Amino acid sequence: MKIHNTRGGRIFDAANYVFLSIIGIITLLPFVYVFAGSFATEAEITRRAFFVWPEQFTLGSYEYIFATPAFVRALVTTILVTAVGTLVQLAFTVTMAYPLAKKTLRGRNVILSLVVFAMVFSGGMIPTFLLVKDLGLLNSYWALILPAAINPFSLIIIKNFFQELPAELEESAKMDGATEIGILWRILLPLSKPVLATFALFYAVGIWNDFMSPLLYLSDNSKWTLQMYLRQVTAASDLLGTGNVDPNYIPPEQGIKFAVIVVATLPILIFYPFLQKHFAKGMLIGSVKG
Amino acid sequence: MAAPVIDTLAGERTRKAAPAPRKGGRFSVHFAHYKWLYLLLLPGVVYFAVFRYAPMYGVSIAFKDYVPFLGVNGSPWVGFRNFEDFFANPDFLRLLGNTLILAFLNLGVAFPLTIVLALLLNEVRLSILKRTVQTLVYIPHFLSWTIVASLSFLLFALDIGPLFQFLNNAMGTHIDFLSDPAWFRPLIVLQDIWKNTGWGTIIFLAALSTVDQDQYEAAIIDGAGRFRRVWHITLPAIRSTIIVMLILAIGQMLNTGFEQIYLMTNALNREVADVFDTYVYFVGITQGAYSYSTAVGLFKSLVGIVLIFGTNWLAKRFNQSGLF
Repeated sequence: MKIHNTRGGRIFDAANYVFLSIIGIITLLPFVYVFAGSFATEAEITRRAFFVWPEQFTLGSYEYIFATPAFVRALVTTILVTAVGTLVQLAFTVTMAYPLAKKTLRGRNVILSLVVFAMVFSGGMIPTFLLVKDLGLLNSYWALILPAAINPFSLIIIKNFFQELPAELEESAKMDGATEIGILWRILLPLSKPVLATFALFYAVGIWNDFMSPLLYLSDNSKWTLQMYLRQVTAASDLLGTGNVDPNYIPPEQGIKFAVIVVATLPILIFYPFLQKHFAKGMLIGSVKG
Repeated sequence: MAAPVIDTLAGERTRKAAPAPRKGGRFSVHFAHYKWLYLLLLPGVVYFAVFRYAPMYGVSIAFKDYVPFLGVNGSPWVGFRNFEDFFANPDFLRLLGNTLILAFLNLGVAFPLTIVLALLLNEVRLSILKRTVQTLVYIPHFLSWTIVASLSFLLFALDIGPLFQFLNNAMGTHIDFLSDPAWFRPLIVLQDIWKNTGWGTIIFLAALSTVDQDQYEAAIIDGAGRFRRVWHITLPAIRSTIIVMLILAIGQMLNTGFEQIYLMTNALNREVADVFDTYVYFVGITQGAYSYSTAVGLFKSLVGIVLIFGTNWLAKRFNQSGLF
């Protein structure tokens, strides 16, 4: 499209480009500051108001946190819970999506309606908490995984994906005597790798970032996840009036807070290129079908 | 391992009984043919029954006096007493006020900003700049509220935080933004803008990409400038998207985001910080008033449903395409 630009248009463009660049940079600045601060000395953090490059480079904050058992435990726990949780949630979702993709299955429409209903209505915080409590899952990591095992949204998108795969694939496998489980495992799953990777990321980010579930279900602070640990470390100690804080709490130095934030953010930033690509797509699918 | 043996046997049988049972035939025949599919369905169905539908049934304790020892079924009915208690409680109006003010700040500030940012991005013809800015402003969406709150704690840290120093120097004050009740709401809105504005543009940008380019050319021939083209062509073209997003936002009005508010709440700003979601947590989980807090949560959900249907009705009333 040819749009010949007027003088006013060029001025607008220039202003717009500058403005958007500033917005982009401002969005990034808190990270840059925290990243720089995590490598700075305590004295520099308190002395300099803002900086993007430490004058004196030190690994002290990282050495400290990786020598702190509570932090290491929270980090390892979170990595394990995220890994196992993602697999469990993906398995639950895929095994349910596959039969629902079969239009001949009886009861399919009833189940699908119930799934959609559960998208809109939920029991809410307290009934869910009481259920988890009655199931004996309090202070168990399963409480972070099972209540969110199937995201109805992801389920329906995966189901639609299975439905769109050519039926001939399955028919020929059936001729060779494969069961539905065999077909799912050996034929459909290898074909759906990109889709499954997307939803694995969905689930992984959900578990990694989750703060509400550990807050509700893990009262034993030796079981805390990284987000819980982060909260305890960064909240100013004199302001904590909201419960769930370790009574033996000693306020850490600033640099340590910076380092813990960097560790908690890093995995998200590493996966960010994939996240941006797939989540944007997922959001648009959702908006069309939702 | 036993699994492959079962697999093979079932395969043999399938090969012999190859034709699928006819539609409307006996269920036992249908079931026998599709038993593996039903087996695969089982974990999912159990999940929905236990973790989605059992809590919905558990909502009934809003009308009961829940005693953990007696369970959901055994606890005695009390009718609407929990709701009456809540409406009579002075907390009710305070929570309603706090929740609505935050909701309107979000609708009035964050929502229009998202549209403005989308329009500005849409005007960019330098694609590398557009993509770079998009990449940067989408990042905060993926971070947890814990990280957003932690960043806020550091940036506004008393005496040493960069924003604490910058803002207080600019205003000539010494305000602790993190605990001053007057600054709680601006802080929440600021966090919301930082975290969600960029990501929120995706839907609007998608709608903007479908706008008919011929209309722009016609408008240029008619001598319409940049702003008039945006006003008369671009905005009307994405009006239905704006309305749908607005209906959704209004339906979510009372969902102020538990994690964000909880993380930013402290002993000093409690009075303005408490909203329905955090109140349910404090009263229900920390104080054990299960029935009462369930009633509060149920009230909130019902208002949300009324809001979404009400806005949808209004949108149709004014000849706009609604959500449903």
